[in-house]
Amino acid sequence: MTSVTDAVPSRANQRRLLPTTTPLALLSPDGQPVHSTSLDMPGDDVLVGLHRQMVLGRRFDTQATALTKQGRLAVYPSARGQEAAEIGAVAALRPQDWLFPTYRDSMAIVARGVDPVEALILLRGDWHCGYDPYAHRVAPQCTPLATNAPHAVGLAHAARLKGEDTVALVMLGDGATSEGDTHTALNFAAVWNSPVVFFVQNNGYAISVPVAKQTAAPSLAHKGIGYGIPGLLVDGNDPAAVYAAVRGAVESAADGGGPTLIEALTYRIEAHTNADDAARYRPQAEVREWLDRDPVTRIRQYLLDQGLMDAAALSALDAEAEAQAEDLRRRMNIDTVPDPADLFRFVYAEPTPALRREQRQLAAELEELADEAGEMR
Amino acid sequence: MTALAERDTRTPTGAPTVTMAAALNRALADALRDDETVLVFGEDVAALGGVFRVTDGLAAAFGEARVFDTPLAESGIVGTAIGMAMNGLRPVVEMQFDAFAYPAFEQITSHLAKLHNRTRGCISLPIVIRIPYGGGIGGVEHHCDSSEAYYTHTAGLRVVTPATPGDAYALLRQAIDCPDPVIFLEPKRRYWSKETTVLDHTASVIDQAIVRRPGTDVTLIAYGGTLRTALDAADEAQENGHSVEVIDLRSLSPFDDDTVTASVRRTGRAIVIHEASRFCGYGAEVAARLSEQCFHYLEAPILRVTALDIPYPPPHLEQHHLPSVDRILDAINRLQWCETATTKAAG
Repeated sequence: MTSVTDAVPSRANQRRLLPTTTPLALLSPDGQPVHSTSLDMPGDDVLVGLHRQMVLGRRFDTQATALTKQGRLAVYPSARGQEAAEIGAVAALRPQDWLFPTYRDSMAIVARGVDPVEALILLRGDWHCGYDPYAHRVAPQCTPLATNAPHAVGLAHAARLKGEDTVALVMLGDGATSEGDTHTALNFAAVWNSPVVFFVQNNGYAISVPVAKQTAAPSLAHKGIGYGIPGLLVDGNDPAAVYAAVRGAVESAADGGGPTLIEALTYRIEAHTNADDAARYRPQAEVREWLDRDPVTRIRQYLLDQGLMDAAALSALDAEAEAQAEDLRRRMNIDTVPDPADLFRFVYAEPTPALRREQRQLAAELEELADEAGEMR
Repeated sequence: MTALAERDTRTPTGAPTVTMAAALNRALADALRDDETVLVFGEDVAALGGVFRVTDGLAAAFGEARVFDTPLAESGIVGTAIGMAMNGLRPVVEMQFDAFAYPAFEQITSHLAKLHNRTRGCISLPIVIRIPYGGGIGGVEHHCDSSEAYYTHTAGLRVVTPATPGDAYALLRQAIDCPDPVIFLEPKRRYWSKETTVLDHTASVIDQAIVRRPGTDVTLIAYGGTLRTALDAADEAQENGHSVEVIDLRSLSPFDDDTVTASVRRTGRAIVIHEASRFCGYGAEVAARLSEQCFHYLEAPILRVTALDIPYPPPHLEQHHLPSVDRILDAINRLQWCETATTKAAG
């Protein structure tokens, strides 16, 4: 294994660790290009791809919300309004990189390549994770806040030890930045100079609690300097800026530059989940204000203005999104019966004798129930 | 390398006399040598060699990439170990003291124990968390907890604890080789106990209890730091005419029902001994299991000799708290010997 004590990052230029006061942007809310000294506008094909994934992602998200209302999902935490952050961050990852998502990042993991039905098995309630994490290098969606951040650091550190070119991106929310594991992970990553991107989607609220009650810091990105990590504040509804910022952080990490903390300023249009009532804690005018800064409209306007997309391409994309939603509806409407034997199969590498006894007992109970049901018929 | 194991004396037959700390040190060194994916890290484990010197010499022998000090945060140590294991490594991490492992509790219970199950077996976490535990060394508050029940209550974890140097070596080697996460509890008051034994890990010990002393009248069930106390009590009871069998559990989870129930069915009496408090302690589970499986063989209720139901006391009072030979002998005397004699005579 290679030593990792060599590349101690320079602390000389502390100013480079501080974020800008205004969020970095490449597209204005009405889709006009914005000059930036620190971010480069992604290539046209990247922008077209971002728009496509955002349209597909939004349709996936609204379909998942609808499936919840129909009782097909136990719960769904929507990311509507956060498409630029979700898609921009994932699109900037390379195939060999890892994504550590939270429960709100279903859109991101689908964009990474996970089958939409497999992505929703957690929320449908069939199992805690429905996909093989190694297939697309996507860790299980993490429900306890920030606890996946040390996992990302450990995985990235192991990659360095093994000489692999792998960067880990961990998604966090604004509320999660108050948890101890965020602090711990940022500190470990900085000390170890690990190839990690900490991507915080500041969507304004941790369920009902606004950011002002989470922190007194000027911004969440300002927290980076305390660890010796550069912090970037990005317009999280600008997919071009999110992509460029994350891409830069990934490349820097891969080059031995260590971790980066990125705060993407965005907004959760829906309530926390279908079980939440957002009217109790935020004014409707605020939601309307953010609807006017819609991330999909923003990039679409830019693509149309630049002649990178026309009406025909738009309607083809809408049709693709509709077909994907239809496929998701159809497959999610198939009734599934998880196998009770699976309850015992994965607790340990091999079930213990005691677990085998419990499994036999449950099987006998189920057999008895089946017999009773048979007699009643 | 100035590993502890090198300072051992050897008998003319070649079997070394080793302390438990030296046996653990040798186990870590041998595992690091045999498997390049093994890493050892934690607080003060590199230059210092651990506050109990269990990792002495390992950083010098295997390099700072494989044996290293971390920032001081237990949840970070376990959390990053999880990520490393996801990427194919086998971390062996040290929590400096029992009560200092609590900041890692969420990582252990919510992720370490569950990721294999959560991902239907896709992710395996072959991680060992070494925790010096228990009292009897005059330690101040937060340095003497017996926290085993917190871990044994969590499905998905293995919990093991050695009571002898030979077992310390074998159990740690097998814990490192094990595909499941293992909470490895080291009874710190036994660190300097010695045994003349060949260090070997080929015989399976990780999920098997062992009869340390055969007997016919009563079974003492002990583990870790209380095994020595139980053996001493057994010797004294012998002088009072009771033939005492002593079992060393070694694996607290999974529990070796076969070995323990076979013994209790033979003797008809059982006492569980541990340093942890009584209420909802590990002994409650053992007593319940034995009642369920051995009820018709029992001549007396199953008793527990445990610490008191109080927060761990200051050093000058801990002797009142911990199980003692006298308390075990008292418990043996309360096992309804006369009633049995009467019953047998009447029968």
